[in-house]
Amino acid sequence: MTPELTKRPRLAPGCRLNDKTQPGRVLLMPERALRLNGPSLEIVERCDGNHTVQEIVADLQKLYSKAEPQKVEQDILGYLERLQEQRALDFE
Amino acid sequence: MSTAIPNPLALVAELTHRCPLHCVYCSNPVELTARGRELSTASWARVLREAAELGVLQADFTGGEPLARPDLTEIILAARAAGLYASMITSGLPLDEKRLEELVAAGLDHFQLSFQGAEEDAAREFSGTRTHAQKLRVAGWVKRHRIALTLNFVIHRQNLHQLEDMLELTERIAPGRVEFAHVQYYGWAFANRDRLLPTRDLLDRSLEILKKAEQRLRGRIKVEYVVPDYYAKYPKPCMGGWGRKVILVKPDGDVLPCHAANVLPGMTFENVENRSLRQIWDGSDAFQKFRGVDWMPALCRTCDRREQDFGGCRCQAFLLTHDSAATDPVCSLSAQRGIVDAILRDVNDVSKAIPETTAKPESEWLYRPNPA
Repeated sequence: MTPELTKRPRLAPGCRLNDKTQPGRVLLMPERALRLNGPSLEIVERCDGNHTVQEIVADLQKLYSKAEPQKVEQDILGYLERLQEQRALDFE
Repeated sequence: MSTAIPNPLALVAELTHRCPLHCVYCSNPVELTARGRELSTASWARVLREAAELGVLQADFTGGEPLARPDLTEIILAARAAGLYASMITSGLPLDEKRLEELVAAGLDHFQLSFQGAEEDAAREFSGTRTHAQKLRVAGWVKRHRIALTLNFVIHRQNLHQLEDMLELTERIAPGRVEFAHVQYYGWAFANRDRLLPTRDLLDRSLEILKKAEQRLRGRIKVEYVVPDYYAKYPKPCMGGWGRKVILVKPDGDVLPCHAANVLPGMTFENVENRSLRQIWDGSDAFQKFRGVDWMPALCRTCDRREQDFGGCRCQAFLLTHDSAATDPVCSLSAQRGIVDAILRDVNDVSKAIPETTAKPESEWLYRPNPA
């Protein structure tokens, strides 16, 4: 299900970013670790229950202003949906 | 042989072989490590730091029963201090609310609770202990904390008929994940295999139920399961390949590429008290032995799937063919697949069949005892 723009995504219990001091950022979760780079890290860092999906989209559109805004939004919605199916994310 | 040795991503830390359960399919070796030979707290803390330096991301605490270690809280603190994700798998048996709070405060990320069935009788028959009511209490306590909860059902011929009840129980508890893990036939399970391996009918029905559940629960509970490999066409990529992703430390500090590797003849394992994890991972004979593709028989070495299943499982190859460097006989391309087919023929032969749902006299099982 496509996430609603007004919801606030938050990393699910037991899912967290590794320490900033370690080489390479990863999303740690049960039995898995997801390597994050550029946009995926920017998205996951904002999944703290404070930012709405809409706000994350707006932030990333600003950060990646050379990309087509519509495409940025679609990519973010798809990424959040996949994280939610992995049970790495809840929408609050 | 490829030049660069990849870093392991997970450390499996078998903290102890002590356990209040006596499961007939326990993955521990038939020769259990005695309590007096277990590593100290300080040694585990050092092993966890060395693992993080080696590139490991996750520490999986297992046993036996990890809660049997009174210093488990300190060990979890050490894992988090090293920068690792801390996961444990437990029967939940020697646990109360206060100790759980301590573990969570120490930084436990993920709590895996094992189930032997959907109700008390099954649990008692397979584990030789009364545990089910306590597990339900534990699941309720874990849900009050912000940590991940996985339910882990061990499934086999004698409890597959309860699968729908297990799913109902799962929905009631509502964890983030549930695993339905078929018994793997090593150690204790190998000894009890003839009564644990499901018939093809039962297996097909269970896969249908699980597929439907996976769809129905999508986005709420992640359902994970695999087909038991005796029924598969190709072998499993055991441990993701020998010495490739996982490093396992036994209660006494011996370092192995997998749980069962000490059944293989002629292998010697190095110990964390004498060498660093890095030295053992990069250079020890045990880790080099079946790493990469050079050791493979021609059938595997020339196969398109060699980097997918890595020749399958070395322990299974040895247990079934008596040659640890043979192609895993589960593989349909193996000249020795007949060994697995003969086992399946017996299991599926109605004239020899052991009924699925009738309780067995407990004396017919070979129960795992406790180590000295």
